[in-house]
Amino acid sequence: MSISMTPAATERVKLFLANRGKGVGLRLGVKTTGCSGLAYVLEFVDSLNDDDEVFNVDDVNIIVDGKSLVHLDGTQLDFVKEGLNEGFKFTNPNAKGECGCGESFNV
Amino acid sequence: MALLQIAEPGLSSVPHQHRLAAGIDLGTTNSLVASVKSGLPETLQDSNGSDITPSIVSYQQDTVLVGHAAEAFSVKDPQNTIKSVKRLIGRSLSDIKSKYPALPYEFSGEDNHPKLVTRQGEQDPVQVSAKILSQLVERAKSSLGGELEGVVITVPAYFDDAQRQSTKDAATLAGVNVLRLLNEPTAAAVAYGLDSKQEGVIAVYDLGGGTFDISILRLNKGVFEVLATGGDSALGGDDFDIAIADHIIEKSGLARPLSNSLERQISEQACHAKEQLSSQEKVQVTLAFEDALAANSEVSFELNRQTLDSLIQPLVTKTLRSCRRALKDADIKADEINEVVMVGGSTRVPLVRSSVGDFFKRPPLTSIDPDKVVAIGAAIQADVLAGNKPDNEMLLLDVTPLSLGLETMGGLVEKVIPRNTTIPVAKAQEFTTFKDGQTAMAIHVLQGERELVEDCRSLARFELRGIPAMTAGAAHIRVTFKVDADGLLSVSAMEKSTKVESSIQVKPSFGLEENDIINMLQDSMSHAQEDMDARMLKEQQVEATRVHENVSAALAQDGANLLNEQEREAIENALAELLTTSQSSDIAAIEQAIKDTDNITSTFAERRMDASIRTALAGHSVDEV
Repeated sequence: MSISMTPAATERVKLFLANRGKGVGLRLGVKTTGCSGLAYVLEFVDSLNDDDEVFNVDDVNIIVDGKSLVHLDGTQLDFVKEGLNEGFKFTNPNAKGECGCGESFNV
Repeated sequence: MALLQIAEPGLSSVPHQHRLAAGIDLGTTNSLVASVKSGLPETLQDSNGSDITPSIVSYQQDTVLVGHAAEAFSVKDPQNTIKSVKRLIGRSLSDIKSKYPALPYEFSGEDNHPKLVTRQGEQDPVQVSAKILSQLVERAKSSLGGELEGVVITVPAYFDDAQRQSTKDAATLAGVNVLRLLNEPTAAAVAYGLDSKQEGVIAVYDLGGGTFDISILRLNKGVFEVLATGGDSALGGDDFDIAIADHIIEKSGLARPLSNSLERQISEQACHAKEQLSSQEKVQVTLAFEDALAANSEVSFELNRQTLDSLIQPLVTKTLRSCRRALKDADIKADEINEVVMVGGSTRVPLVRSSVGDFFKRPPLTSIDPDKVVAIGAAIQADVLAGNKPDNEMLLLDVTPLSLGLETMGGLVEKVIPRNTTIPVAKAQEFTTFKDGQTAMAIHVLQGERELVEDCRSLARFELRGIPAMTAGAAHIRVTFKVDADGLLSVSAMEKSTKVESSIQVKPSFGLEENDIINMLQDSMSHAQEDMDARMLKEQQVEATRVHENVSAALAQDGANLLNEQEREAIENALAELLTTSQSSDIAAIEQAIKDTDNITSTFAERRMDASIRTALAGHSVDEV
């Protein structure tokens, strides 16, 4: 089981966590919704749930719940700039298809 | 693949429903747009990497230029290039002319609705503002990667209703939903997180390029109240530059008039020197003359911070005089101020910071870029209003957006809390019963500016039961409207003699979209006369019904005993006439019919009065009376 981040993502995540000034880490997850079945979750974490697993990736606590982990194993989190827009992007080897907009996917 | 931002715990949005929002500082000289991304508020840059958009719109032959692109035309083509439109919005032409007599624009239209004449036709100041807003909104959309839920736009604390409404109209024209208009000083305080402190008195010192504003705010339970505003609409960093430029001319042994290019060179040097002296102790000023053959083709000398300070000291002192006046207006002493927030690029000047610090006896807050602080505060508020924060971090409403009232007889609305009342607020009004023996009262709570129930928004209905049976108009029912700090409305009704009470809670602020509010306000303005007529008609109809009912009841009770056939027939005829007339929409005729009925029944009323006194006295001795 592994989750990784690009240097750009690590830098941004550290900045955002420091700016927020509280919380235990960053949650990566999936939830069932959207036009292709699953959507990514990217949230700050204030408290851990029982089924959470914590990964230490480049000194950042990445938190993934057990159910999501199945769909996220091997995922790399990247931070990219597309024109004026910038944000996080999941590169997930488990995703088989994405909806046209790319906001949801299936496995 | 859409790009994601980090959400607060449990607040991840579902695909295609990102709650994107932005804060816009729509400034006199410059405008900015900011947004909160992954919890971090920041200003959004355009494709050239610039945060700041000059608030300039230039109407060219077939295009409209905004911002930096329009800037170049402000010298070349001043009549078609509108600068500082914020000074014009929501104002009458006579107001504009008396305040800014030297504007290069041609005006047309009515006095209370002036338009600017450009080569692309007449432009309303609202339309000009909308152009600036559109550009900022487009930038936010491409920067955030989607449609905006809405924006928070900042306005000066002293903006009146017309100016605020015009700003909202500009946003509507620009096709963007306004989540809220926020006072600029409040936005600056929010950027520093001062709203989380529950209470305190805050001074916001805003020294921009061309204007100076001082605002004294009181924060009470998370609600910002503006205690006083003051300032000078013709004092700013540009005046610093002018003072330095005058000094440079004197030092260089030059005398006005100078060539345009030399004037421009001097003012650039002055501005540069001012900026450099914020971090350095001294700076070299160099002027190169066009006439290279002259003996002195270049002048160079040193300017130190001390000299700068002595040049701008009179201007800084002038701002402090405004501060003193604002404190006096607010009835607050300088040492009662808990925080001082610095806004505007000119507050980077060390003398300004130290003078303001000395005046308020505390170091001012300067950690956020003073050019961006208002936009950042607006972005934080927009983020909260768009629903990206947990509820307990919900920022509080500061005023009621529309009037709150209740339905009275005839489908009329009686306003209890007028719009724009700062909250929390509680107001009570007394009402009474309409019919004899009425023991219950239906209370219908409404929101809106119109006179008739059907034109306002219904919020809630409830009943007050257990009113003791009394004659119509004898019961005293006190209805209290209370809007708490969370914007929640509760309405209670109490009959005073028995203290029976009934109440209900409603959420008015969530019942209406901002657009509805705009429509309702516009409706209320365009229908003002119509509404007044409708109100008067309803009032007369209600009165007619009341008279008809009272007389009919009296006839049924005493008609046989006290009236002869002829008298009785006359009254019945008058009643029938009253009934038919009251169905019409002729206010005067109804009024007349009511009067006629009153006249014809006066004898009957007298006889009833005598009879009831006789009944009351029967069987009692004179002593008892």
